[in-house]
Amino acid sequence: MSDQTPAAPPATPPADEHRRIEAAAAAEGETRSGFVRFMSSPFGRNLGLVIALVVLCIVGVATAGDRFASTDNMLTVLRLASVIGVVSIGMTFVIIGGGIDLSVGAIVALSSVWATTLATQTMAEDTHWLMMVFVACAVGIGCGLVNGLLIAYGGMAPFIATLAMFAAARGLAEIISEKRTQIVDVRGLVDFINGDFIGIPVLVWIFAVVSAIGWVLLNRTTFGRRTIAVGGNATAARLAGIAVKRHTVLLYVVLGLACGIAAIMLTARTGTGSATHGQLYELDAIAAVVIGGTLLTGGRGTIVGTIIGVLIFTTLTNVFTLNNLDSSTQAVAKGAIIVVAVLLQQRVAVRSSDST
Amino acid sequence: MSDPLLQMTGIVKVFPGVRALDGVDLEVRSGEVHCLLGQNGAGKSTLIKVLAGAHQPDEGEIRWQGEEIRLGTPMAAMKNGIATIYQELDLVDGLSVAENIYLGHELAAAGFSRRGDAQKQAAALLARLGHPEISPRREVGTLSAAGKQIVSMARALSHDVKLIIMDEPSAVLDQEEVARLFKVIRDLQAEGVAVVYISHRLEEIREIGDRVTVLKDGRTVATGLPARDTPTRELTRRMTGRDIEYVFPQPTSRDGDGDGAVVLAVRDLSAGKAFSGVDFDVRAGEIVGLAGLVGSGRSEILETIYGARKASSGTVSVDGKRLRNGHVRAAVGAGVGLCPEERKSQGLLLDEAVYRNVSLATMGRFARGGFLNRGGEKRAATEHVKALDVRPPDVDRAVRTLSGGNQQKIVLARWLLRECRVLLLDEPTRGVDVGARSEIYALVRRLADDGVAVVLVSSEVPEVLGLADRVLVLREGVVVHTGPADDIDEHRVLDLVMEGSAA
Repeated sequence: MSDQTPAAPPATPPADEHRRIEAAAAAEGETRSGFVRFMSSPFGRNLGLVIALVVLCIVGVATAGDRFASTDNMLTVLRLASVIGVVSIGMTFVIIGGGIDLSVGAIVALSSVWATTLATQTMAEDTHWLMMVFVACAVGIGCGLVNGLLIAYGGMAPFIATLAMFAAARGLAEIISEKRTQIVDVRGLVDFINGDFIGIPVLVWIFAVVSAIGWVLLNRTTFGRRTIAVGGNATAARLAGIAVKRHTVLLYVVLGLACGIAAIMLTARTGTGSATHGQLYELDAIAAVVIGGTLLTGGRGTIVGTIIGVLIFTTLTNVFTLNNLDSSTQAVAKGAIIVVAVLLQQRVAVRSSDST
Repeated sequence: MSDPLLQMTGIVKVFPGVRALDGVDLEVRSGEVHCLLGQNGAGKSTLIKVLAGAHQPDEGEIRWQGEEIRLGTPMAAMKNGIATIYQELDLVDGLSVAENIYLGHELAAAGFSRRGDAQKQAAALLARLGHPEISPRREVGTLSAAGKQIVSMARALSHDVKLIIMDEPSAVLDQEEVARLFKVIRDLQAEGVAVVYISHRLEEIREIGDRVTVLKDGRTVATGLPARDTPTRELTRRMTGRDIEYVFPQPTSRDGDGDGAVVLAVRDLSAGKAFSGVDFDVRAGEIVGLAGLVGSGRSEILETIYGARKASSGTVSVDGKRLRNGHVRAAVGAGVGLCPEERKSQGLLLDEAVYRNVSLATMGRFARGGFLNRGGEKRAATEHVKALDVRPPDVDRAVRTLSGGNQQKIVLARWLLRECRVLLLDEPTRGVDVGARSEIYALVRRLADDGVAVVLVSSEVPEVLGLADRVLVLREGVVVHTGPADDIDEHRVLDLVMEGSAA
C-alpha cells in the first residue's frame, strides 16, 4: 500500500515550515482567543444571559399568552424582582471582593422587625416613617459591620461568620417580635412604597436607583476598583498599599445597608414586619449573582449580569405560576438553570485562562 | 541497535504570550540516569509536565519504546510506566504511608480495601528503597522532607515503572540523605529503570549522571553529553549561552559615596529566626544588592522593610522618618515600593487590564470624590508602558497575556507612576527571558540615576554583582560581608555563602 501513495510533497525548507506552523498556530490562537475574549468580556457574557431571558419570555408568551405579556404582569415581575434585586446588588460586591454572605435573609428579617416594633410599640402613633427607614438601614449596617469585623479582623472564614449571623439575627428577630407578625399601620410608608411614580411602582424605582448606584460604584470609583483588586488577588492588593481589611469590612457594610433597604421595601409591600421575612434570600441572591457571571472566587463580576440573573429567576417563577405549576417544579428548574449557567461560564473561564 | 526507551522530538508548548517549549529533543535509554540541565525558565518544568501527561504538547512527537504515544492524562503516563516525583511533593498529609503509596490504585477486594496486603507490600517497597524504618502505618504529614520523597518514590515503584522523573530531589535533602538517594537511584538503575534527574548542582550530576541534555529558552541546546567528562565550563556556557553576555549598565555618575543623601536606613533589624541584626543604609541613586542562598533571609529582609512582615526588633527609616513596624501602607505612604518575588501571585491582577495594574498603588491620584478618571489613568499608564517598552503597548490588554519580562515591567511601572523613593526588587528577572533581562537591568539603573534608592535581591550572583553598587552577603540570616560590588567576585560570594553551611 505504502508504495502506491503519492510521493510526499516537495520538502519545504525547515525554516519556512517552522514559520508556517507558527503562523497557523498564531492564527488559530487569535480566532479562538477572539471568540473567547468576546464571550468572557462583560458584554459577551451578559448577551448570553439576555438571550436566556428572551427565551424564557418567549416560553411565557407561548404558554400563557396575554396573561404573561400584559403590562400589569410585567410590572408584577419587576415588583417581585425588586426586593431580592436590591439584596443581590449588595451581594455582588461581597462576592467580587472574594467573600460570601449567608446571613442576608436573616438581616432583612431583623431589620424589618426592628423597624416595625418601633412603629407599633415604642413610639406608636408619633413615628414618622422615615424613622423606620433609618432604623432598618442602621440595623442592616450594624449586622454587616459585625460580619465584616469578624471576617477581616477576627480572621473567620466568611462562610462561618455569616452562618453565625444567619442563625443569630433571625433568632433575635424572633425574640424582638415574640414570633408575632406585626401589622404596620404607618400609612405614609406603605402608601409611598406601594405607590407609582410616572406609572412605574416605587419599588421598581428603588431597585433601579440602587442598581444604578451599584453600577457606578463598581465601575467608576476607587471603591469598585479596590473591590476587584481585593477579590482578584488580595496579596497583590495588600502589597500595593490597599487597606484590604478595612475594605473587606466596608463590603459587608454595603451589603448590610442593601439588606436594610430591602427590609423596608418588603415591610411596606407586605404591610407587615415578621421574623420569617427574607427566608432563602441568601440562596436566591447568591444564585442570581452567580448566574449573572460573577466568579464565586472573586475578582470578576458585573452589576448588569446580576440584574439579569434576578430577572431570569423572577420571570421563571412568574411563568410557572401562570401555568399553575407548583413551587416544587420551580425549584427543580431553578436548580437546572444554575447548573447550566455555571457550567457554561466555567468553559469560557477555563479556556481564557489556560496558562497556569 | 534497540530503540531508546523514550524519544521526544520537536516538542513545542505555547502558553499565551510565551513559547515555553520551542523545539525540545530528549532521548533516554533504559537503565540510564539522564540529567536535565537548564536555568530557571529554560523549560525544564514544562517538559516534565509534558512527560507526566499534565500538559499536552502543541507540536512534536513522543516515542515510547519505539512507538508513538500520546500522554493525554497523568494516569496514561503512569500506565505506560512513567512516574514523576515533583519538587512540591503531591502526597496527602492526612493519610498513612501505605495509603499514599496506593492512592489511586488501591488494593481492594469487592470494594473493601485490603489494608493488610497494602501495608505488607508498602513495607516491601520501602525496604527495597533502603528505608525499612519507615512504617507503612505512619501518617505522611509527620515525615521529614526526605521521608516524603521516599514515599513518593515508593508510590512510583508500586506501578510497574520504567522511567522515573525527579525534579530537583536534592533541594530538600541534606548530604547524607542525598547519598542515600543516590544509592536508591543506582539500585533502580541496576534493575533497568531509567531516571531523568533534574538538579542545579553540577557535582551531583557528575556523581550520578550518565548523560546530560541542556535546555535553554525552551530549546535543546546540547544532548547526550557525557555527564562525567564534559567540562564544567562547557556545560555552563551551553546553559547560559554566555556568548551573549548580559549587559550590565554602568552608573552614569559613580563618584564614590557621600554623594546622595541616605534615603533608606535599616538599623539592627531582626525578625524571629529569619534574620537578625541587619544594618545598612541606601543612598539616593545607589543600588544595594543582597546575595545569599534561598532561606538565607534575603526576601524576608525586603518584606520586613516593606512592613509585610513584622520585625521583632530594630528600625527602618525613610528620609529620616521611622516607619511603623509591620504596616505596608505606612511604607507605601513613605515612598517605598516592592516588586515581590512571586510576581503572579503577589504582584499582579492577572485578569485585569494593564492600566488597572499600573495604577493600583496610585488610584487615589486619578480620583475625585472617589470617582475615577479613567482617561487620565490610561494616559498615565500608556506613558509609562511606552517608556518601559512593554510589548504590545496596549494598556487595555489583560496582564495574563503578557510574557514574564513584560509583566515585570508592569509591576515596575506601578512604582514609577508613584515616583517612589525606595524600590525593593525581589528576583526581578525570575522567569524573564534573556533579551528582556538587559532591558530590566538598564531600567533599574536608570531609576537609580534618577535618585531612587534600590535594594536588589537575586539568587543569581552575577546579577547582584553586575547591577549593584554595594553588596551584602547573607548566610543564615546574618550579614557576613558588606562592601562595594567591584571588590568581590562570584567565587568569593559563593565561598562566603556556602562556608559553614555544609557542616
